[in-house]
Amino acid sequence: MSDADPADASPATDRDYAEWLDAFADGGGFALVCPDGHGSLPPRRVCAECGSTDLSREPLDEMGTVETYSVVHVPSPRFADDAPYATAVVDFGPTRLTGIVRDGGADGDAPAVEIGDAVAVDVGERVTDGERLVVFRPAGES
Amino acid sequence: MSEVRVAGVGLTPFGSHPERTGRDLFAEAALRAFEDAAVSRADVKELNYGNFMGALAEHQGHQAPLMAEAAGVRCPATRYESACASAGVAVREAVRTVAAGDADVVLAGGMERMTNLPTDEVTEGLAIAADDLFEVRAGVTFPGAYALMANAYFDAYGGSREDLAHIASKNHANAMPNEYAQYHREVSVAEAMDAPPVAEPLHLYDACPITDGASALVLVSEEYAAEHDLDAPVAVTGTGQGTDRMALGDREHLARTPAADDAADAAYADAGVEAADVDVAEVHDCFTIAEVLALESLGLFEPGEGISAAREGITTADGDLPVNLSGGLKAKGHPVGATGGSQIAELTRLLRGDHPNSDRVPDAEVGVAHNAGGTVASAVVHVLEVAE
Ligand SMILES: [Zn+2]
Repeated sequence: MSDADPADASPATDRDYAEWLDAFADGGGFALVCPDGHGSLPPRRVCAECGSTDLSREPLDEMGTVETYSVVHVPSPRFADDAPYATAVVDFGPTRLTGIVRDGGADGDAPAVEIGDAVAVDVGERVTDGERLVVFRPAGES
Repeated sequence: MSEVRVAGVGLTPFGSHPERTGRDLFAEAALRAFEDAAVSRADVKELNYGNFMGALAEHQGHQAPLMAEAAGVRCPATRYESACASAGVAVREAVRTVAAGDADVVLAGGMERMTNLPTDEVTEGLAIAADDLFEVRAGVTFPGAYALMANAYFDAYGGSREDLAHIASKNHANAMPNEYAQYHREVSVAEAMDAPPVAEPLHLYDACPITDGASALVLVSEEYAAEHDLDAPVAVTGTGQGTDRMALGDREHLARTPAADDAADAAYADAGVEAADVDVAEVHDCFTIAEVLALESLGLFEPGEGISAAREGITTADGDLPVNLSGGLKAKGHPVGATGGSQIAELTRLLRGDHPNSDRVPDAEVGVAHNAGGTVASAVVHVLEVAE
């Protein structure tokens, strides 16, 4: 995580979240999972579904399945230079991840994605300001 | 337990008010509510005030005392924030306070000032109703979140953009005679289909506008109404609230809104009515797909069947179950922190017979209002009935 950027409207930083992004960037993405199998993302001290405090880091598969997506044409200022872009909610088993789909589309177009597609998770950067974020790459793309 | 009566309702015209502050908007709505109620300001025991983004839009925090001044009341005053359901929760607490016998008169409502911000800053402001770490930083906007739900709905149940366009067209038609509505312009299904995309599959006419406005309600106990010989024929007989996981991706189902199911179940039980008893509804159509999800959570349609209700003419003004006769958020406008109060105000007018669209529901006795926050991580439902 970069130091607080005065231009960023959301300067809140969270150490656990930053570490979690680091893990994905290193190819070791994980979720926090309770004994009942409910997945969640850090920072998390208690399972939101069952109240268990016994949360362990479980590695996530690199590939997930697109459950829904949208192509955003009207962005917030922090994504001004990223639009149009596709956001997707992707199922990774114990948890879902939300992120931006990168690659797979013609230049200038939002990447093509459909519900049911297999995508790989990675950490990328916002075009607008270089801030890190969760990105998905369609299967078969390099 | 006391029965809660709506003694008076007040709205500002919804729209763009570039040269007015929020305090002046709420003052206008409250003034109108007191005129309508014929209740003394001195009898007001609490102010419950809804507002979402006042700190961003007007650089004004701590708004409740300011709004008490603006309304001319001196009593405990509290701001409620629950995103687009801010006024809904404010009204709900007022209903509970009066029902419990803790106060005979409560002023409730809300205000939002939005058009003074550029569109991209409003987009940013609304987005903060989503999970900052796992949604907003991942590019989810407010329309984008509902677009994710719309595509999940189409995938689960079918339906199309054209079904949604019928909802937009219906609500624009309903707003035509409403003096408080932001838009007085018919929108055809074809025009809605041809509008530019905002977050696909949602296009411009699937989205509510950016709106300034305020709402105010004077709620009283049945005993107070009788004692003061008030003309307050409409009662709030049921209230319910529900909460879901904040982020869409953490929900059990991406195309349903269980927080609203819970709110509806509680409100119906509180009122002793069932979904089948409902004659007219005002629901939170911040986007056309949101009206569909609301109708299904309220039990008015089975999951998968709400999508075609407008196209089939069931929820149009001349249908069996008119929905959003005010024009809805879609065409009446959506001043975020005022909306929940305005829905109750409009439903009250519809049931009393003094709404321009009352003649569409001349025999209506039971109305339901559905107000949602974020992507329905918060939901509030109220049941209104004609009591006399
Ligand atoms: Zn658990």
